[in-house]
Amino acid sequence: MEVTRRLVLGASGALAMPGLLRAQGTAPIRIGEINSYTAQPAFTLPYRNAMQLAVEETNARGGVLGRALELITRDDAGRPQDAVRLAGELVNDLKVDVLAGAYLSNVGLALGEYATQNKRLYIAGEPLTDAMVWERGNRYTFRLRPSTYMQASILAEEASKLPAKRWVTVSPNYEFGQSAVKWFRQLLSARRPDVQFVGEQWPALGRVDAGATVQALEGMRPDGILNVLFGTDLTNFVRQGNTRGLFERRTVVSLLTGEPEYLDPLGDEAPEGWIVTGYPGEAIDTPAHKAFAGAYRAKFNAKPMCGSLVGYSLINSIAAGIAKAGSVEVEKMVEGFRGARFDTPAGSAEYRAIDQQGTLGVYVGKTALRGNAGVMTDWRYIDGKDLLPSDEVVRGLRPAGAN
Amino acid sequence: MSSILPQLLTGLATASSLFLISAGLTIIFGVSRIVNFSHGSLMMLGAYIGWSILTRLPREPEWFALGVLATALATAIIGVVLEMAVLRRVYRSPELFQLLATFGVVLIIQDVTLLLWGPTELPLPRPRWLRGFVEVAGSRFPLYDLVLIAIGPLVLGLLWLALNRTRWGTLVRAATLDREMVAALGVDQRRLFTSVFALGAGLAGLGGALSLPNASANLGIDLSVIADAFVVVVVGGLGSLPGAFLASVLIGVLQAFGIVLVPKITLVLVFLVMAVVLVFRPNGLLGRPQTEAREATVAAPVVRPAPPALRLLGAVTLALAVAAPFIVGGYYLTVLTDACVAILFATSLHFMMGPGGMASFGHAAWFGIGAYAAGLLLHWAGAPMPLGLLAAPVAAGLVSGLFGLFVVRLSGVYLAMLTLAFAQIAWAVSFQWVEVTGGDNGLLGVWPPDWARDPRLYYWMALALSVGVALLLRRALYAPYGYALRAARDSTPRARAIGLDVEGLRMVALVIAGAACGLGGAIFAYGKGGVFPTYISIPHSVEALLMVLLGGLQTVAGPIVGALVYTGLADILVRSTDLWRLVLGAVIVVLVVAFPEGIAGAVRRLWLRGREA
Repeated sequence: MEVTRRLVLGASGALAMPGLLRAQGTAPIRIGEINSYTAQPAFTLPYRNAMQLAVEETNARGGVLGRALELITRDDAGRPQDAVRLAGELVNDLKVDVLAGAYLSNVGLALGEYATQNKRLYIAGEPLTDAMVWERGNRYTFRLRPSTYMQASILAEEASKLPAKRWVTVSPNYEFGQSAVKWFRQLLSARRPDVQFVGEQWPALGRVDAGATVQALEGMRPDGILNVLFGTDLTNFVRQGNTRGLFERRTVVSLLTGEPEYLDPLGDEAPEGWIVTGYPGEAIDTPAHKAFAGAYRAKFNAKPMCGSLVGYSLINSIAAGIAKAGSVEVEKMVEGFRGARFDTPAGSAEYRAIDQQGTLGVYVGKTALRGNAGVMTDWRYIDGKDLLPSDEVVRGLRPAGAN
Repeated sequence: MSSILPQLLTGLATASSLFLISAGLTIIFGVSRIVNFSHGSLMMLGAYIGWSILTRLPREPEWFALGVLATALATAIIGVVLEMAVLRRVYRSPELFQLLATFGVVLIIQDVTLLLWGPTELPLPRPRWLRGFVEVAGSRFPLYDLVLIAIGPLVLGLLWLALNRTRWGTLVRAATLDREMVAALGVDQRRLFTSVFALGAGLAGLGGALSLPNASANLGIDLSVIADAFVVVVVGGLGSLPGAFLASVLIGVLQAFGIVLVPKITLVLVFLVMAVVLVFRPNGLLGRPQTEAREATVAAPVVRPAPPALRLLGAVTLALAVAAPFIVGGYYLTVLTDACVAILFATSLHFMMGPGGMASFGHAAWFGIGAYAAGLLLHWAGAPMPLGLLAAPVAAGLVSGLFGLFVVRLSGVYLAMLTLAFAQIAWAVSFQWVEVTGGDNGLLGVWPPDWARDPRLYYWMALALSVGVALLLRRALYAPYGYALRAARDSTPRARAIGLDVEGLRMVALVIAGAACGLGGAIFAYGKGGVFPTYISIPHSVEALLMVLLGGLQTVAGPIVGALVYTGLADILVRSTDLWRLVLGAVIVVLVVAFPEGIAGAVRRLWLRGREA
């Protein structure tokens, strides 16, 4: 037993040695990043690639505050408790200056808790839950990506322009799905009092019984369908829906379905005419995006995914925040990140001072088939700042102690 | 009303898929008594291999059928390799060790699949004929689902023929009833087991390939399938093919209508069905009482107090552990705190599993209930940490007592399966009941009060509680209660004959184990600052099993050694390589093959060699 424990400590100590030997001053600025690399590889691997690209580009430009950036990544295996433990390692052992990461909402919230307890800066890239910056928001947590509310609000706006009156919803039964449906119903009903919601389906995440779900939705005779399913659930749902004719002569609005991570696997069965949020990828022809997509393809020989956009923008936002703060001292960084503007391939964005939410926007468009693959058409980019509720509402949602 | 017929047919199609994935599992269990955790992984391999084969073939129906059969054959071959390389070496080990080995295989296959096929899901492009439909009662019904409905009974029929009309089948059935007798009659068990495992793996591959037109090959198949397959197999009766078929139909149809009537609780519904069936028919719908395997009737060796040298080693380790905050830095202190929690987690499971003889596949349920009790009390009533630490074992003990009322009559794998069902229900409630539990976002802000905020102090508290509870558990084992409990495990009829209340003894063991584990959950929750549904997930339950079995069942020090080794190993691997699942899985397989009595057991054997006998 004694030998075992010593072995354990000795071996982990050996792994940590570089951290102990590190000098301050001209040493690189360390970003400690935690994500679900083994549990959600389809999203997180392109994301990590793009982060590495952004770090290289930043360092080639001379780094930040005259110091290079260094990225250290850890795998949380999809478990918030592991993420918290690894945050301890990154902070106490490897002395990182900034914590970043998370794909799953619960991992993001757990890291946010850790950040506020230990007074460390944490920049969340990917998690969507509104609680990140609102109900459970805190001084030390910033979030880059458009939240569930922002995604649902643009879809509700699009849906309100449609003639459809009888709506049904299908959504994975957990926090993300539940709040997406809640916001969509609330925002659509506010714009269109004549709309009614006639039914809902709540398959368990990752275990949709697609045939029975499609059959049940069909039985409700809706005009419009809100879909929040994604990943393998979406693939199964679309296949059964196509065969059983659920989507014919109906309007479908769908969260995230335009992201290549979820649209590409549908192949030639990608639905046509769904109104979706997502990422048109290499179809975007702004100079900034072309440069990003070109560099990404040159380095990894693959097209950028939505995760790549997020990872790249995340590093850029961190670099911009530290540059504005002029220091890596935590409290100075918090003040610096508030209102920090940064460039992303999608356009310029900022971390709002009021709730520390990033204003990276949403692409909304329609799905279509090109050859054997689904793409987004008629898309437009909506700046994130136009998708958020009024400042008063936000102040009411965010705890007073969070500022 | 017009939707009843299509909904029923949809349920039957689901039933066929369920039957295909559970048939192989039940056959393998019937003959070899192996609970094959890697069955879902074999199906996942089937889906991926099927995708690779079918995307290269012409798209006509006859080629599709050929490709599916080729996939089944390929998976069967993988099954043979698996059986000969790993499982064959552990048949003589205690029953649950095979489970441990198959879980190592699950981890290995996860990473190998990721390396070979990449992270994105791979859907099979559907040719026109796979998209066809027929009109049923005014609704479109997929042609392929009709094919599936036919395939289920067809496979059942073929298996029935193979089992009842061939010599091989006669031997398999004989081995299912009494495998020692079959061996005594001169049948080569090795070949029989290998062939059965190949058949089971082939069926898994068949199921994987046939799922492709409706789904995709993806990395989540293994764990979602294994949970479904366990439920079907247990509801039907372990080892019974017709039972598995009946259970598939029951669950498939119930789920199809459940989705219409109670869309929010379908996940819980399935496990509730399983719980209800097992409470009323402890051996499943068509299962028969398990004939006691003869090895199992040989009483496990008596656990004796540790020799002086071991006590000294334990005391030195404890002294080192107490001094640890002065030696190691911040991060390693949290790892050590996690190790203290792991000790509680493992020793509590060992208490019911080793001396109590009640294996659990759902031990994380008590861990989670303890954590949620502390978290909910804080969240809704603002209760301070000491109250939370007190409430956690009480709540977990109460719930495990209630649970015990229903399951105490069961034993062996059925009991283990019911614990799994209960843990899944608890998980589903915590994951989906967002208003109360916060759903997957969890309960946040569960921090210790200021006086215990210092990591060193918190570590000492965790150490004191875990060592204290471990010593109490040890004390209970050497008390008359512990001897009675072991008597009930070794021979229930004889224990009853001398007047022991076997059910009562087991109930108490369940409550003690639940309470100790719940305390661990609460310590963990305050240490991490939150409570999440992942605390109750299947992999977390499996971790408890891993720790206990790695350490060894037959010594009191075993689970402690297992907890320390597992915590340290997992921590080092996760931080050093993206392929940690591959390495961890390989280490588990090697340990199981090399030390069938666990690490502590092996050390004990080496220690005793030359001293006794």
